[in-house]
Amino acid sequence: MTAENRPSFEGLEVGEVVASRTVELNRDTLVRYAGASGDFNPIHYNDVVAESVGLPGVIAHGMLTMGTAASVVEEWSGPGNVVDYQTRFSRPIPVPNPGAATVAITAKVGALDAEARTARIDIAVEFDGQKVLGKAQAVVVCA
Amino acid sequence: MNTEAVGRAYGPHEPYEVTRVKIREFADAVDAYSFAHRSEEAARAEGYADVVAPTTFAVVIAQQAEFHVVTDPEVGVDFSRVVHADERFTHHRPIVAGDLITTTVHVDAISQRGGISMVTTRTELVDADGAPVSTVRSTLAVREEA
Repeated sequence: MTAENRPSFEGLEVGEVVASRTVELNRDTLVRYAGASGDFNPIHYNDVVAESVGLPGVIAHGMLTMGTAASVVEEWSGPGNVVDYQTRFSRPIPVPNPGAATVAITAKVGALDAEARTARIDIAVEFDGQKVLGKAQAVVVCA
Repeated sequence: MNTEAVGRAYGPHEPYEVTRVKIREFADAVDAYSFAHRSEEAARAEGYADVVAPTTFAVVIAQQAEFHVVTDPEVGVDFSRVVHADERFTHHRPIVAGDLITTTVHVDAISQRGGISMVTTRTELVDADGAPVSTVRSTLAVREEA
């Protein structure tokens, strides 16, 4: 494995925002993710099923939110450089029809390991003013 | 749910062949913009043997393996009451197009508290040489019938 696309470790500072993005999730986004991932749980496309299990309606796949947040980190880190990535799913994101759920994603440096030359990137994902992911952390190998 | 299922393992399952088309489709679905997910040339320029997968692509392979746990009647998961609680990827190397990935899924923990059962699985992804590629940990929360 090579390190040709790794971000530079030098100059990184804890608290620094490395990337951010605002994402609109709509029913098309959910169907596209269902097909790409193979996760066809109907609570992600069928309001009747979603409401029958006590949800307010169709919700986004947690893994769509997690995957999209990873793409924001990757915009800075380059592809293939996240070696560890974890999160808890704290709150669901209801996705209206018609319309969209607006999600704000901010990735900042949470910790630095000079010996391993890795950066822990902490990701805040907010919908409706509340965090939907808990302890979303990605460890990135740097050059 | 049956706590005696802890320690159970399923697999190895039939190998999953990673293709360029699937990587591109997944990258489109999670808004991963890099050309290294779409063009072999761009991926090579970044040091990869072929088109490289986005960070959470391994879930495509791991969820197929986890399904064996969820559908095992002896584990006793009511899928209609399942909510995803947490997820973790540890990548031993990036996944690239052309990989043949074999999975084994382990039931690491089952706990019950206050009407909620939690089941934690660990799926080990290995390549055609048997070398580790990714470890995917996933916890599902299952609400018991009222």
